[in-house]
Amino acid sequence: MSSDRPLLSLRTVFLRQFLRHGRSIMTSPADVANPLLFFFMVITLFPLGLGPDPARLATLAPGILWVVALLASLMVSAKLFASDFEDGSLEQLALAPYPLAVTALAEVSAHWLATGFLLALVSPLFGLMLGLPEGGLLTLLVSLLLGTICLTIIGALGSALTVNIRRGGLLLSLLIIPLNVPVLIFGTTAVREAVLGGNPESWLALLGGLALGSLVVVPLAIGAALRVSLDS
Amino acid sequence: MLLKATQVAIERGDRKLLSCVDLSVAGGEIWQLVGANGVGKTSLLRGLAGVARLGVTGVILHGSTFLYLGHASALKLGLSAVDNLRWHPASDVTASTSQICESLAAVNLAGYEYRPVGALSAGQQRRVALARLLLSDAPLWLLDEPFTALDVAGCEWLEACVRDHVNAGGAAVFTSHQPSRFGVLQQDLDLGQYVV
Repeated sequence: MSSDRPLLSLRTVFLRQFLRHGRSIMTSPADVANPLLFFFMVITLFPLGLGPDPARLATLAPGILWVVALLASLMVSAKLFASDFEDGSLEQLALAPYPLAVTALAEVSAHWLATGFLLALVSPLFGLMLGLPEGGLLTLLVSLLLGTICLTIIGALGSALTVNIRRGGLLLSLLIIPLNVPVLIFGTTAVREAVLGGNPESWLALLGGLALGSLVVVPLAIGAALRVSLDS
Repeated sequence: MLLKATQVAIERGDRKLLSCVDLSVAGGEIWQLVGANGVGKTSLLRGLAGVARLGVTGVILHGSTFLYLGHASALKLGLSAVDNLRWHPASDVTASTSQICESLAAVNLAGYEYRPVGALSAGQQRRVALARLLLSDAPLWLLDEPFTALDVAGCEWLEACVRDHVNAGGAAVFTSHQPSRFGVLQQDLDLGQYVV
């Protein structure tokens, strides 16, 4: 009956939570495929609705690709903590003697790898489908890689705040869409600049700054939000 | 002293459930929280564990680490029993695979180690959750309805497990509607007397 054993290192705890969440996502491939399929379907619908004029599609492509990516990310991040809340994992996490910010960041990382990261990886393909000029493809990939980090972590904050509210979807959208606006503006501007031969780097740098900043600050807010949600 | 609660009051929403609850738990003791449905057993246990802090007033002191097992068993249905125990979010020890398999064998789940927990029955899932008791060295156990969904053999195993734990100097606080299972070893805390 000893209780003076040292605690596990934060790295071990992070890794444990990352593996747990990652593995449990992998057991339901449909959840991973869902945002990708959404992305694909909406992108194929746009040329049908707008008409197959390549020049017009090319000018609209950066905006369309980014907005659809944002919606796809919003769709999945809304459910990030829902299953943990229902099966009691969240209360066990809160009782564990480790900061919730760390364990929540582990879950968000696993979630991002399965959603945002994949979304960004396949985006050049969808860019080609919309006739996005080749100069913009790499910028699209990089901007989405950085942008989905922001989108996922902001979505996670919304999910943490609304996890105990039945049908919190509407509230969640109201909460996090305004926060996603700067990300959307920086992302689409970067891609448009690249297409026009301008200077996308500064916009990418802004996006990178946003991503790093939110990685540092938002997990603390997520931890606090999860505690509030558990309390009531 | 493993747990000391003084003048604890529990509210849920705008409804007062309990007030002035005093409880002190020392090593070697088993406490059963008894009371009718809705009297606030689970709320009190959650308050004692510190899961819910809103609506809980009073002083609650923990003298040791503790293990809390709630209604929801914190199992990921897609993961195997071994993975669920290895990566349990609240465990503060790293158990080896052989230790985990031993604990699963002890709850009579040998052969189910690598099946997804979602494919097991409710009672088997409960056993997986209870296997955590064998992997933890926390002196205090807070168990919410631990006997639910268990068959007769399972109940007997759990009873023996709690007895061993208490004989080794640990303590347990649990809620249950079953009449006293531990005979003279256990003390009852009737929550009816604290209802507001």
